[in-house]
Amino acid sequence: MAAPNDSLTKNVVAGDIGGHVAGITFFGPVPVFASGEGTVQIGLGETARTLAAHDGAILVAAGDGARLVTGGDDGRVVTTDAAGQTEELGREKGRWIDALALGPSGAVAWSAGKTVTARDGKGALRTYTTPSSCRGLVFAPKGYRLAMTHIDGASLWFPNLATPVETLEWKGVHLDIVWSADGRFVVSSMQENQLHGWKLPEKAHMRMSGYPAKTRSMSWSHDGGWLATSGAEAAIIWPFSGTGPMGKAPRECGVRPRRVTRVAFHPKSLVLAIGYDDGMILLVRLTDASELVVRHVAAGGAVTALAWDAKGDRLAFGTDEGPAGLLTLPGVPA
Amino acid sequence: MSDKIPVTVLTGYLGAGKTTLLNRILTENHGKRYAVIVNEFGEVGIDNDLVVGADEEVFEMNNGCICCTVRGDLIRIVEGLMKRRGKFDAIIIETTGLADPAPVAQTFFVDQDVQDKARLDAIVTVADAKWLAARLKDAPEAKNQIAFADVILINKTDLVTPADLIEVEARIRAINPYARLVRTVKCAVPLTEVLDRGAFDLDRILDIEPAFLEDGGHDHHHDHDHGHGHHHHHGGLKHFHDEEMQSLAIEIDGEVDPDKFMPWINDLVQRDGPDILRSKGILAFRDEPRRFVYQGVHMILDGDLQREWKPGEKRTSKIVFIGRRLKTDEIRSGFLACKA
Repeated sequence: MAAPNDSLTKNVVAGDIGGHVAGITFFGPVPVFASGEGTVQIGLGETARTLAAHDGAILVAAGDGARLVTGGDDGRVVTTDAAGQTEELGREKGRWIDALALGPSGAVAWSAGKTVTARDGKGALRTYTTPSSCRGLVFAPKGYRLAMTHIDGASLWFPNLATPVETLEWKGVHLDIVWSADGRFVVSSMQENQLHGWKLPEKAHMRMSGYPAKTRSMSWSHDGGWLATSGAEAAIIWPFSGTGPMGKAPRECGVRPRRVTRVAFHPKSLVLAIGYDDGMILLVRLTDASELVVRHVAAGGAVTALAWDAKGDRLAFGTDEGPAGLLTLPGVPA
Repeated sequence: MSDKIPVTVLTGYLGAGKTTLLNRILTENHGKRYAVIVNEFGEVGIDNDLVVGADEEVFEMNNGCICCTVRGDLIRIVEGLMKRRGKFDAIIIETTGLADPAPVAQTFFVDQDVQDKARLDAIVTVADAKWLAARLKDAPEAKNQIAFADVILINKTDLVTPADLIEVEARIRAINPYARLVRTVKCAVPLTEVLDRGAFDLDRILDIEPAFLEDGGHDHHHDHDHGHGHHHHHGGLKHFHDEEMQSLAIEIDGEVDPDKFMPWINDLVQRDGPDILRSKGILAFRDEPRRFVYQGVHMILDGDLQREWKPGEKRTSKIVFIGRRLKTDEIRSGFLACKA
C-alpha cells in the first residue's frame, strides 16, 4: 500500500459529468467524457462544454485523439470532434449499440445485436451478421480487418474483401476483445470469468483463468510486452513478450480488498493506472511495484473509465455516478 | 438489497393477455417509472419511454452445470440500463409465449454483475381461463410457465362458467400449489398483487405456505397411478394429479443436521436438477439460532441464514419442490434422514 506522502491527489482537478461515465478520450491535453445522460463533455471545470450527442444513454465510446465516437441506446453512432461538431455515422432503428471500435484512416465499426457494421474512412458501409450477439469489436493493428466476439468464439472479417471470415473457436460467451500491436495475439474476456487468447496465425489457444469476476477492461503496455486486466482484487498483468503467457504466472499489482474495474497503461512507460470499485485509483510502476495514489476512496461508485493523453502527461477518470477528474503529472506545464 | 432494482417477469402462453397486463401496469397512475424489456419489439404498441427489444438469446453457461442456461441478452440489457439509473424504478421483462422461464430466472442467480444491481421480484404468469386446460395437455411451455410462477392471473374468467373456473384452478394447483392465484377479466388486477411481491426474497419465503395445504393437512403429493384427468373431492375442493409435473412438500417436526442436509440437497439438484424446476425451504439447523432459507431453480441453489427463530416459534424444517417426474419417495426418505 502506498505511504501517505506517495500521493498525487493534489495534482488532480475534480469535476462531475452528471451521469455514468461510459468512456474518455483526449483532444490534445483536453479530456473528453461520454456520459450515460447522452452528453459529451469537452474539458473539465468552468471552461467545459457539454454537447447533447444522444437522445438516451451513451453505452459505448471510443476515441483516438481526433474524435470521440459514441454509441447509444437511441441506436445512433455519433462522432464528436475537437471543435465540438457532432455527426451521425450510423443509426440502428430500435436497437442499442453494444460495441464500438475505431480503426485506421477514420474507420469505425459498431454492433447492435448480431449486426456488425463497418464504416471505412470514406463512409462506405459493410455489414456482417455474427452467429449470436456481438459484444466486442477491435480492429487489427494493420489493414482493414475486424475481430468480433460472439458465443463460442470470435470471427475475423475483412469488410472490404471477399475473403471468407475466419473463426477463432472456444466454447463459452466472449465479451470484450483486444488485439496486440504486433498482430500476433487476440484476447477476449468471457462471461465465465476468464480470458481466452489465440496466437495467430496458428490459432493456438491460451487460457487465462482464476478471476473472481468478469474482466471488462484490458490494456496493452506501450511495448506490447504486457496485457493488464481487471476482474480481480488486483490488476492481473499477463506477460506477452516472446511466445506469450502460456506457462508463465501473471503479475499482480495494486492488491487491495476491492475489485479492480478499469486498467490503463501509460502510453510511454511501464506505469499502470488502476481503478477500483470503491472509486480509488492507483498508479503502479511495473518495474518495482511502487504505488502512487491518484484518488482515494470517494463517492461516485466504481471507476468506469480511465484514459491517458497521447503524451502521457495526463490521466482522466470517471465513475459510475458522475464524479470525474483529471490528473496532471508533476512537472507538466498546466 | 433495497437499492437493487426489482425485476418482474411476465410469462404466459400466446394470447393469454400478457400485453394487456403490461399496458395496464404502464398506464396506471402509480408514480413509478418502468424500463420494459419486450420480446417482439415494435409489434404491439407500448406507451413507455424506456422500451427495449430482447433477442431471447439463451446460452448454456460453460460451468459444468448442464441445465444452467441464461439469457445473454438480459445480461447485456441490464448492464446497459444501469448506465441510466435514476431514470426508472423497476424493470419488467415480457417473455414470448413459448419461452421457458428458467433461463430468465437463472440469469439473476448466475451473473454476478446482474445480481449486484437487480433482484428478481416475482414471476407472474397470465393464464387463459378458457384455454389453459387444453394448453397444459399439448404445450409443455404452458406447463413450465405455471410451474415457475409466483403469481398466476387467471384471465378472461368472464368467458368460462364457475364450474370451469374451479376446474382450471384445480389443474393449476396440481402443478403449482404455491403460487398466488388471482382471477381477472382483461387483467384488471390491483397492481400490488403483481408488483413488489418479493417472491424471491429469501425472508419472504414463508409465503410458500399454500392456503389449501392447511385445509386438513392431507398429503396431496402422492404419485400413485391415477388415470389422466382423474380427480376426487375433499371438502369441496377438486384435486387433479398432473402425471408429469408434481409438487412435493416435506416437513420435519424439528431440526436438521446441516452436515447431512447440505451435501444431500446439493447432490439431489446436481443429479435431478433438470427435472426440478423450483425448490424452496426453511430449515432449523441444529445449534443455529437463525433460520436457514434457500431457494433454487434447476441446479442453482441460493441460500442464507436469515432472521432468528422467534421465542415460542416452533423450530420446524420444511422443503418444497415443483418438478417433473419427481422421485417423491426417494426425496422424502432422503430429507427425513437429515433429521438432527
